[in-house]
Amino acid sequence: MSTAQQQVTSPEPDRKNSESTGGLLSDDLLACIGRTSAPRTEIASRREIRKYSIATGWKKKEYLNGDEAPPLFHLALFWDMVELDKLTPDGVSIDELLPKFPLEKAMAGGLSIDYFRPIMAEDVLVATRTLTNIYEKSGSQGPIIFYEVIMRVETAAGELVLTEKTTRLLR
Amino acid sequence: MTTTKITNLKPGDPLPGRAYAPDNVQNFMYSAALWNAHRIHFDMPYATEVEGYPGIVMSGPMLGDWLTQCVIEWLDGAGQMTQLEYSNRKAAYIGETVTSGGRVLSVDHDTGSARLEIFIKNEAGDVIVPGTAVVAFNKP
Repeated sequence: MSTAQQQVTSPEPDRKNSESTGGLLSDDLLACIGRTSAPRTEIASRREIRKYSIATGWKKKEYLNGDEAPPLFHLALFWDMVELDKLTPDGVSIDELLPKFPLEKAMAGGLSIDYFRPIMAEDVLVATRTLTNIYEKSGSQGPIIFYEVIMRVETAAGELVLTEKTTRLLR
Repeated sequence: MTTTKITNLKPGDPLPGRAYAPDNVQNFMYSAALWNAHRIHFDMPYATEVEGYPGIVMSGPMLGDWLTQCVIEWLDGAGQMTQLEYSNRKAAYIGETVTSGGRVLSVDHDTGSARLEIFIKNEAGDVIVPGTAVVAFNKP
């Protein structure tokens, strides 16, 4: 997911979890750890929940009716939305939370989510993303850069809904 | 139903899966629901000639969603999913049929929870999206 239009702040980096084995990661790059996006607020409308539930082939009535959102609906709700001239030729927007990495070929990554309460129709939700780690490892085909982004989703009243950690690999 | 489900649960119990054979229409609707304009998901010449894929690529998080369907349909209202982890290890392409499934890894009767292994396999039987989930059963 990218956040091209989000304002990004860069607090003092927390490097306790970072590691570097091959020298690809400069101090400037590592200083980006701790960057946080501006909070983004979206409404989980019944229509958006229905669109997502139909497109993914759910059978559960509460999801198809838009009363409650499926577990991965937040990916759609907080997917980046930018103007046409902000898209790259392959149709992807640039994630301004991320620095420019010396490796650019994105490989498969992982997702880890803790759920605290379901998303219900018309919930007003606030998401904040933080770049929490950048590290490098040696792979069989050369160095690999890993980065981790944690997204925290709360209700407008501050109730925690979920936390999601995304890990991406660059070759 | 709730009590019965966790009482009788044991490691190794299978989670029923589903077969998914998305076509271009469903793949488009998924990208539209996300507002994802990545061309590998709808532009065949771009996907094959520029990116070098053998076809239109199924959206990775759509495969992740099907993992959650496996869990939620199996739970059938008897509890909630509290944790989910997965990774997209290998791509799948429109025209293929992929299959979800899983099994119970462990059961904690004290907390009323269970840990599950879940997966998406391709037609060759390779696990292309491995994952795990933790579910908490409703208190009787």
